[in-house]
Amino acid sequence: MSIRVNKAGLLTSIQDLGRRGFQQHGVIISGAMDSYSLRIANLLVGNDEKEAGLEVTLMGPTLEIESDCLVAITGGDLTPSVNGKPVPMWKPLFIPKGSTLSFGPCKTGCRSYLSVAGGFSIDEVLNSKSTYLRGEIGGYKGRALQTDDVLPLSAPAASKPAFLSNELINGVYTSSWSVNYKEFVHFTKKPSVRVMNGSQFDLFTAESKSHFMKEPFKVSNQSDRMGYRMDGPSLQLQEKKELLSEAVSQGSVQVPPDGNPIILLADRQTTGGYPKIAQVITADLPLLAQIKPGESIYFSHILLHEAEKIYLEKEQLLQELKIAINLASTK
Amino acid sequence: MNQTVTKASAVISPLGDSALVITFGDSIQYDIHKQIKTYKDSIELNPFPGFVECVPAFTNLTIFYNPPEVVAAVGKKQKKEFVSPFEVVSSIIQSKLENEQTEKELNHRTVSIPVCYGGEYGPDLEYVARHHNITPEEVISIHSEGEYLAYMIGFAPGFPFLGGLSEKIATPRRPSPRTSIPAGSVGIAGMQTGVYPISTPGGWQLIGQTPIKLFLPEQNPPSLLQAGDIVKFKPISKEEYQELQAKEGEK
Repeated sequence: MSIRVNKAGLLTSIQDLGRRGFQQHGVIISGAMDSYSLRIANLLVGNDEKEAGLEVTLMGPTLEIESDCLVAITGGDLTPSVNGKPVPMWKPLFIPKGSTLSFGPCKTGCRSYLSVAGGFSIDEVLNSKSTYLRGEIGGYKGRALQTDDVLPLSAPAASKPAFLSNELINGVYTSSWSVNYKEFVHFTKKPSVRVMNGSQFDLFTAESKSHFMKEPFKVSNQSDRMGYRMDGPSLQLQEKKELLSEAVSQGSVQVPPDGNPIILLADRQTTGGYPKIAQVITADLPLLAQIKPGESIYFSHILLHEAEKIYLEKEQLLQELKIAINLASTK
Repeated sequence: MNQTVTKASAVISPLGDSALVITFGDSIQYDIHKQIKTYKDSIELNPFPGFVECVPAFTNLTIFYNPPEVVAAVGKKQKKEFVSPFEVVSSIIQSKLENEQTEKELNHRTVSIPVCYGGEYGPDLEYVARHHNITPEEVISIHSEGEYLAYMIGFAPGFPFLGGLSEKIATPRRPSPRTSIPAGSVGIAGMQTGVYPISTPGGWQLIGQTPIKLFLPEQNPPSLLQAGDIVKFKPISKEEYQELQAKEGEK
């Protein structure tokens, strides 16, 4: 059972929910940028939500499906098609052996996720299948996919939900229902990202603090999985201060001396020494992951307890979704 | 800002909605390192429900946790009201801090790292010597006589932040960083010294190179050095370097 890469696309890599537990050794977490989309893709094909899938960026790959498989595509709409005909997202798809799965222009977002029932048969490195590109470990040979790679698949567990309802869309069997993804990932023209004050918020000038919360910031072209560099009003400290390095987390907004903030993302370093003006709430990280270089965002301030409430509510919703998918695919 | 000052005069503050930071001081001091190491070991030995991992740094310890797991472990009665994962973890940490003894001495492991100094392996050795008006041999002997404490591992997998460099060879970073530094490079930046475990860009003054691997992704722990280790550098010849490198390659 396998999938062959006929064309690699811009940046396609194997990602799960990350390599946790090794940050004190300097090992970065990696993992899916938009974790909600990956988790939902996994649930749709009966996998554990922690299973690894493909993260497809901006210009997707062309994949040859070498054995019958059940897949799901979620995240940004990169116009997926099978044998040249569009296929729906956010629902299970049964793709017959010999089909070609390809992606087209970006309609919404910039990252799609592809999960396959059973998952990819790839060794874990430090408890994770995620590709850590800079460290060249995990995933498929520690790197992004290339033309002619053959990705081996694991057989789906027999007890996993059978595929039902058999609606035929463009030659692909699918379900009559799909996930209402707007609860988890939303795509808008002027996204607003919710932040809490960062550990060094009070060290910034009053003007910088107010600019940060009011003005738009543009995601620069130098952005990648490690972090988004933002162009906007320059943010300055009240006085120059050298900080000691300390742990950072996904969503930390660091400000280097040039005054342009950087939002740390999945492939961030484990520690940093720049002052942190803000911290993006966990529930809004997937929204951020779908913003393309060149697009602008606004930041809005919320308190810790609100951030925690939103986090816990989303997790509750995801648990409910899990139950609903199980019911829908076993009845 | 939600902050709590504990009896042990440590400050607990949130790092986003899934981590918190316990700050023990604001400068690099052995006593602070000792407290951090003691609490880290204690939490790892007796993790609370929802604990994910912790990261020690020079003056603080960051604790990562899983909010739904933290809340799930709280009694049913309390759950009717909103339970803040940060507050739950803070109070666990506080009571731990109040009961923890930091009087006892730490056991430090000493790790010896062989280094081939100068030449192609240490392109900035001459510069460091000139900067201090001493000979390259003197730089080597000062660097290799020192004992260095690994305060934290970060920046790159296995990269140690080592304290204890002699002022006699402390040298500012290069004005513009190199775009690629070979793995194993031993460098100096101000009062710090360290070893690059993987090839990365960097601005440190490179005085030598070790054939030993500091990042070991196939092993657990994957880092040769841990926070709290004492590091000593042992000068080796080019021949010894090549011999050791061949052995490392076989592993």
